[in-house]
Amino acid sequence: MSVQTTDFAASEIRSPASFVANRVFIYGALIFWAFICLFPIYWTITTSFKTAVDVTQGHLIPFVDFQPDWKGWRSLGLSPDSIFRTSTVRDEFIKRFMNSVITSVGASTLAIVIGSLAAYGLTRYRYKFAWFRNEDISFFFLSQLILPPVVLALPFLVLYREVGLLDTRVGLILLYTLMVLPIVIWIMRDQFNSIPVELEEAALVDGLSIWGAFLRIVMPIALPGMVAAFILAMVLCWNEYFFAALLTSTDAKTIPVMVASQTGSQGINWWSMAALATAAITPLAVIGIALERYLIMGMTAGAVK
Amino acid sequence: MAAATLGLLAVIALQILYKSEVDTIGFETWRPVVYAYVLWGVALGIGQVLTRGEDGQRALFLLPALLFTIAMVIFPTLFGFYIALTDWNLSSFSGRQFNGLDNFWQMLNDAYYRNALFNMVLYVLAVFVEYVIAFGLALLLNAQIRARKFFRVVFLMPLMLSPVAVSWMIGKSLMEYRFGPAATLARHLGWENPAFFSNPITARISIMVLDAWTFIPFMMIMLLAGLQAMSREVLEAARVDGATAWQTFWQVTFPLMLPVSVTAVILRIIFKLKLADIIITVTSGGPGGATDSVSSFIYREYRDRSNVGYGTMLAMAYLIIIIVFVTWLLKFASRFVRNVN
Repeated sequence: MSVQTTDFAASEIRSPASFVANRVFIYGALIFWAFICLFPIYWTITTSFKTAVDVTQGHLIPFVDFQPDWKGWRSLGLSPDSIFRTSTVRDEFIKRFMNSVITSVGASTLAIVIGSLAAYGLTRYRYKFAWFRNEDISFFFLSQLILPPVVLALPFLVLYREVGLLDTRVGLILLYTLMVLPIVIWIMRDQFNSIPVELEEAALVDGLSIWGAFLRIVMPIALPGMVAAFILAMVLCWNEYFFAALLTSTDAKTIPVMVASQTGSQGINWWSMAALATAAITPLAVIGIALERYLIMGMTAGAVK
Repeated sequence: MAAATLGLLAVIALQILYKSEVDTIGFETWRPVVYAYVLWGVALGIGQVLTRGEDGQRALFLLPALLFTIAMVIFPTLFGFYIALTDWNLSSFSGRQFNGLDNFWQMLNDAYYRNALFNMVLYVLAVFVEYVIAFGLALLLNAQIRARKFFRVVFLMPLMLSPVAVSWMIGKSLMEYRFGPAATLARHLGWENPAFFSNPITARISIMVLDAWTFIPFMMIMLLAGLQAMSREVLEAARVDGATAWQTFWQVTFPLMLPVSVTAVILRIIFKLKLADIIITVTSGGPGGATDSVSSFIYREYRDRSNVGYGTMLAMAYLIIIIVFVTWLLKFASRFVRNVN
C-alpha cells in the first residue's frame, strides 16, 4: 500500500498537469471500452421491448425515445400477461434451454471427474505405457486442444448414426466432454502442483490408501480449482454451436442452435429475436458477474509461472 | 486375479465377436460395441488393481481419461481418413464407394477452399491487433484506478456471451444496413453506404471485429494476470533511474511480459483456427464465399450438399496443415522467447 502512495506522490511532484491528463486519459479509455462492451447488450435488451416503428427509427432510450412494450417477450410466451397461458414457443424454448443445461452440466461434470483424476495422477506418479511417459501423456491430452471441431464433426456424424447417438443429449455430452477435457486437465494440473506432496505422505503414513488420500485430503483443498474448471467448461459447452448444429435436429437441439435457426428464417422479427437473444445470454451473464473470480482463476491457470 | 484377467479377455473376445458379426451380417447397430468397450474399460481397471496392487491403483487415476480420449479421438480420426477417400454423399442413393485420391485432386483445384485457407491467414494475423488492444486494456486495468472490479467484470462480459447470440446482436442488428446504430454512426462519420457485409473486404473486417469483440477479454485476463505477477521493485527501480513511462514499458514491462504474451497469443491462435459459428450465422460465407473460414466452408459443404466424403477430405487436409503450423509455431515461439531473454 505504501508503495502505491509514493507512486502517486512521485508522479504528482513531477507535473500536476500531466497527472490530471493521465487520469483523464485512463478513465476516458476505461469508459470508452466499457461502452463498447455493454452497448450491444443494452441494445439487445431494449430492442426486445420495442415495436416495429421504434426499431426502424433507431430509438435508443426507453421511456424517453419510446414506450416499452412486451411485444418481443409475448411472442416468446414469457411476458407477464402471457406467462400463464399455453405457448408453443415457450415450450420449445424451455425444451432447448433444458437441453443446454443438461448437456453443459453433464459434460462439465464428466470432464471434471475424469480430468481431475488424470491430472492428479500425472502430477503425482510416474507412468510408463510402452514408450509413453508422463510428459508424452500430458502432451497427448493437451494436444486435443488443437483439434478443430470440423475434423471430428463429420466422422462423428456417421459414427453416431451407426451407434444411434445422433440427436441425443448423451451424444452431445460425450463430445463436449472431449472438447473441454484438455482445458480441465490443464487447470487441474496447475492446481494439484500447488498442493504440497507432504500432505498426502502424512495421510499415507496415517494408513489411508492412495485413493483415500486423494478423496479425503487433496480433493477438498483442490475444490476452488475444480469450481473454476467447472465454470469455464460450462461456459464453453453452453456456447458451443458447431457440433450442436451438425449433430442434433429435433430432440437434442440446444439454445445456440435455436437462436441461429431463428435469425435466418422469419425475416426481421426484431423484437422476438432480441428477446430470444437476451434469454440466451442471461444465464451466462449472471454467472459471469457472480462467479467472475473463478472464471479468472480458470483462465489464468498455468499462464503465469 | 486370474478370473479378472479371464473376464477381461472374454470381453475383448466378445468385442471382436461383435465386430466380426457386424462385418459378416452387417445389419446390426454398432451400439453393442460401445457397451463392450465400456465394459472392457471397467474390467481393465479392476484387473489393473487386482494384478498390480498399488501400481494398479495409481494407473486407475489415468485410465478413464485415457480410454475416453482414445476412443473419442483416435478411432474417429482414423475413420475420418477412410471417409476422406470415398465419394460418400448422404443424398445420393448409391452409397459410398472408395475413390482413392479423387477428393484430394478435387481439393487442389478448389478455388473456394484456397480462398478459405487464405482467409484463415488473415484471421490469424488479426490476432496481433487483438493482442495490442488486449494489452492496452490489461495495462488500464492494472493502473491505479477506482472501481477496478466493476471494469473487470464489464470487460469480461463479451467472453461469456454465446457467439451465436453475439452474431445476431452485433452482426445482424447493430450493423444492420438501414437502421442499425453502427450503420447510423458510420453514416454520421461520413461513410455514405455502410453495408458492412456486402463488400468482401469490409465483410472480412466486420467478421474480425465481431470475433475480436468476443475474444479480446480472454487475452486481456491472461495479460492482466501477468502484469499483476510482476514485481513492483523492478518498476520502482526503473522509475528511480529516471526512465520515462514509455521507456519503462518497452525496456522493463514488455520484455518481462513476453512469456505470458506468447502463451496468450498462441492459445488465441489455436482458438482462432476453429472460428466458424460467427461466420456461419452472420454471412454464411458470403458475399460469394469471401468471408469463409475453413470450418464454415466445410460445414456448408456438408449442410448444403451432404458431401461427407469430400468435406472430410478438406477437414483432414486442414488438420494436417494445423498440426504442422502449430508445431512450427510452438518451436518458433520457444526459440523467440529464449533469444529475447
